[in-house]
Amino acid sequence: MSTTYALELKDVRKNFGKTEIIRGVNLAVEPGERVAVIGPNGAGKSTLFNLISGRFGPTSGDILLNGQRIQHKTPYEINRMGLARSFQITNIFPKLSVFENLRCAVLWSLGYKYTFFKFLSGLKDANERADQLLEMIRLDKKRDVLAVNLTYAEQRALEIGVTIAGGADVILLDEPTAGMSKSETSRFIHLIKEVTVGKTLLTVEHDMGVVFGLADKIAVVVYGEVIAFDTPEAVRANAKVQEAYLGSSVADSQAGGH
Amino acid sequence: MAAVYKFKPYNVGRWVIWSLFALVLLLAPLVFTSNLSTTMLAQMGIAIIACLSYNILLGQGGMLSFGHAVYTGLGSYLAIHALNAVSAGKWHIPVSLLPIVGGIAGMCFAVLLGWVTTRKSGTPFAMITLGVAELVFAMSLMFSEFFGGEAGVSGNRVAGEAFFGITFGPQIQVYYLIAAYTFVCVALMYAFTQTPLGRILNAVRDNPERVEFIGYNTQRVRYIAFIIAGFFAGIAGGLGALNFEIVTAEVVGAGRSGAYLLFTFLGGATFFFGPIIGAILMVIAFVLLSELTKAWLLYLGLIFLFMVMYAPGGIASLIMMNLRVAKFGKLRQIWTSYLGLGLTAFVMLAGAGAMIEMVYHLQLNSALGDTVKFMGATLNAKGLDSWFGCAFVMFTGLGLFELCRRQYMIEWGDIQTEIEKEIKRRETAV
Repeated sequence: MSTTYALELKDVRKNFGKTEIIRGVNLAVEPGERVAVIGPNGAGKSTLFNLISGRFGPTSGDILLNGQRIQHKTPYEINRMGLARSFQITNIFPKLSVFENLRCAVLWSLGYKYTFFKFLSGLKDANERADQLLEMIRLDKKRDVLAVNLTYAEQRALEIGVTIAGGADVILLDEPTAGMSKSETSRFIHLIKEVTVGKTLLTVEHDMGVVFGLADKIAVVVYGEVIAFDTPEAVRANAKVQEAYLGSSVADSQAGGH
Repeated sequence: MAAVYKFKPYNVGRWVIWSLFALVLLLAPLVFTSNLSTTMLAQMGIAIIACLSYNILLGQGGMLSFGHAVYTGLGSYLAIHALNAVSAGKWHIPVSLLPIVGGIAGMCFAVLLGWVTTRKSGTPFAMITLGVAELVFAMSLMFSEFFGGEAGVSGNRVAGEAFFGITFGPQIQVYYLIAAYTFVCVALMYAFTQTPLGRILNAVRDNPERVEFIGYNTQRVRYIAFIIAGFFAGIAGGLGALNFEIVTAEVVGAGRSGAYLLFTFLGGATFFFGPIIGAILMVIAFVLLSELTKAWLLYLGLIFLFMVMYAPGGIASLIMMNLRVAKFGKLRQIWTSYLGLGLTAFVMLAGAGAMIEMVYHLQLNSALGDTVKFMGATLNAKGLDSWFGCAFVMFTGLGLFELCRRQYMIEWGDIQTEIEKEIKRRETAV
């Protein structure tokens, strides 16, 4: 291998019981690329993210992060190696304040581990980083509000904030704009672009406008396989994709407007 | 900027609170001078450490343990054996450090047993703690050399060399030893909540799955917290051994574990100071209420039941909610409602209490005649008029209480909306 990919999947398969959900996925993402993962509902996009982030182990195949195998590692080990993810259903710490949510998320990356001989208030770097994140995700006015009391869009922003907080260089975002209005979505995509500068980004997305605006490359997942992985123009022109997916995308995006 | 403006008064408040706490510990036995009250104060100190250590698990880590007495109890046993070794001249450590022996014992058992316990969270965790508690209690009946069998293990705390004339013979000297430990332990446990591990423990309570994706091993977080809780529990146990000079198998029993759970919850697990209130109530209930009436466990059960149903945040949350109302200057608006609620509740409870006492009297003391003294009134437990009167008082109280409660709920709701509006207004003003 001449180049090291940021993320590489080699013939990854996953069975749940007898059902094969992921049927031999191959994918190689270069450092700094923004990849949109698209595909119809139930195609296995979220499962793919769960396999990469260590939520489940694959049945077979290799997953490499910066050239290192991660397929049998736990989520926290993978996170420490530089991969972070967000969730489709908001997954934050509801009874902690916005600031505390972010501060928790930066602690490990700054080397504080399981420390209980230091006060949080004395961790200058962690506090500064958390405040900086607050501004990045535009929640500085909600600093001391409990996460559970935020609006939906604010919670989604916090979800992104918690994900990027640790400074991981590979970021997986699972439907970051799910459930948002049109105007919220466009503002949010702008935010995502801004906070993931210089990072490798994989995102599951339903909104085609967003996909073509955000991504350098598009991976099309249908029935547990990646049927195309190319630039947006090439994917748009791809006959297989048109047949399998884009042809029904209008109907799908309407149906999937949850 | 905002941060600087915020921190300063905050820290002053903290100094005031901790100084007051020290002052209360220092002056309490000078205000309450009887033998009984000194004994109770000593027990309160011990209970405060025990309940706060339990709350590291319940309130801060979301771990519902049914076996916390294992760690306080084993701490007690190791401390009393150490005390006897000191008495026999085998060990040469000052008696004042024996609670630390208890603490180290509690910690070691938490290292051992916690490794199994904290592998799981939620319901499996609760089940395992129950199993471990039963296991240890069963062992206490099997190994009578260590646990002392039915009689328990007794010791004499006047042992070793007196330090500046402090022998720990008089109860007041033991009280001040306990008070010193209480202050230090409470401060340390509060400090723990302000550390990275303490905060991640809260995150594990809120959402363990997400914690795994920000780099933390949730099992490890729970395990370390469990060990820390075990250490403080052991200190409480060691102090208990010194205070009572006898340790029996009930200190590792399910009843004791249940009491920690119940009173920590009653005091309020969601705030740091909640378990302190719970601990004080625990000692009052166990020492005073049990003297006052035979039905005390029934009353306790009822209080717990209503607390779980109507104020799951415990007494601490009730205090904090009303402090919030007071901060916005609106406590005056519901002041009269509280008075009404209090009076009607008193009437209702007096009626209900009289009937409960009559039932208990008929069941347990009927040989002593049919008359029951209750709050200055003489009732006839077999007389129709007494029963009718009590029921009348209770239902009148209940009816009036319900009226007051409805009025109160409306006022409370109004005040909350007003406060929300006020917060919105201030936010936009900034």
